[in-house]
Amino acid sequence: MSADLLGIATIDILLFTFLVVTAIAIMHLRNLFAVVMLAGVFSLLSASLFVTLDAVDVAFTEAAVGAGISTVLMLGTLALTVREEKKPVHSVFLPVLVCLVAGAALIYGTLDMPAFGSADAPIHLHVAPAYIERTPIDTGVPNIVTAVLASYRGYDTLGETAVIFTAAIAVLLLLGAGIRQSGKDGGKE
Amino acid sequence: MEHHSILRVVSKLLISPIILYALYVQWHGDYGPGGGFQAGVVFAVAFILYALVYGVDEMMRILPPRLLHALAGVGVLIYAGTGVVTMLLGENFLGYNVLSHDPKHGQEWGIIVVEFGVGLTVASVMMSIFIAFACHNPPIKDEEW
Repeated sequence: MSADLLGIATIDILLFTFLVVTAIAIMHLRNLFAVVMLAGVFSLLSASLFVTLDAVDVAFTEAAVGAGISTVLMLGTLALTVREEKKPVHSVFLPVLVCLVAGAALIYGTLDMPAFGSADAPIHLHVAPAYIERTPIDTGVPNIVTAVLASYRGYDTLGETAVIFTAAIAVLLLLGAGIRQSGKDGGKE
Repeated sequence: MEHHSILRVVSKLLISPIILYALYVQWHGDYGPGGGFQAGVVFAVAFILYALVYGVDEMMRILPPRLLHALAGVGVLIYAGTGVVTMLLGENFLGYNVLSHDPKHGQEWGIIVVEFGVGLTVASVMMSIFIAFACHNPPIKDEEW
């Protein structure tokens, strides 16, 4: 048991160290291509952290969207703009202050939180037991995440799908629909 | 990219397992991790990988942008349409119980159909956005990387 815990702690410390190193590297680099690649690495490390937290559905999404699609789309964006970030013209004092205050507020917020993994944390006492109890009876779907996503919270997922659709409309309106070589629409952007 | 033979061979080997995995994630979402959203992204990635190696024009030959734009809308309509069907059958909007004589089977049917709508929309949207970016400018020359 304690060997298990030690192993998990080691993995967590390693992943968090890499995460912080990646974040610092992203801040310091001016080459945007390297920044995009490191952002992909950052997503992959976050996905690994989600796996250690047993949130495989979230980890899967983070790996596919954050490390996969986002990186490609960022590279596509990079092709439309410059490769080097400009040096900041203003002082870094205010941004650093904002970061420190926000970080301190977040750490202060964690002080009230229940211990990590504690069984009597509010989230395990409120609706979660009801979902765990009722999902097999109501839906017969073994993956509770899927049952909550598509059945209990079907409205929310419909909204999310509409949001993705709207995102496509917005990008196509801004960049053009990509119908360039098809002859008839050749002149359009 | 004609001279990158390793990239071409490796991507050709990878694309079919990626699509197979996307289908697995799509239809196995009620048992394992994943579902329509992740499956849609993985499916789109297979075609984007193809476009990255062989060029966007080759991808647009298989999946013209107009088709992708239509499919993105069809996915949302499948999702919302499931809700309308359940309403017509006398349940609430997206109340899947009436889709089959057994409420549990109804739920499973509803979830599968709805997840298919999500997957269709996500895959088409991701590919449309990629095409929009890739077609906006001439592709970057190899030596610039």
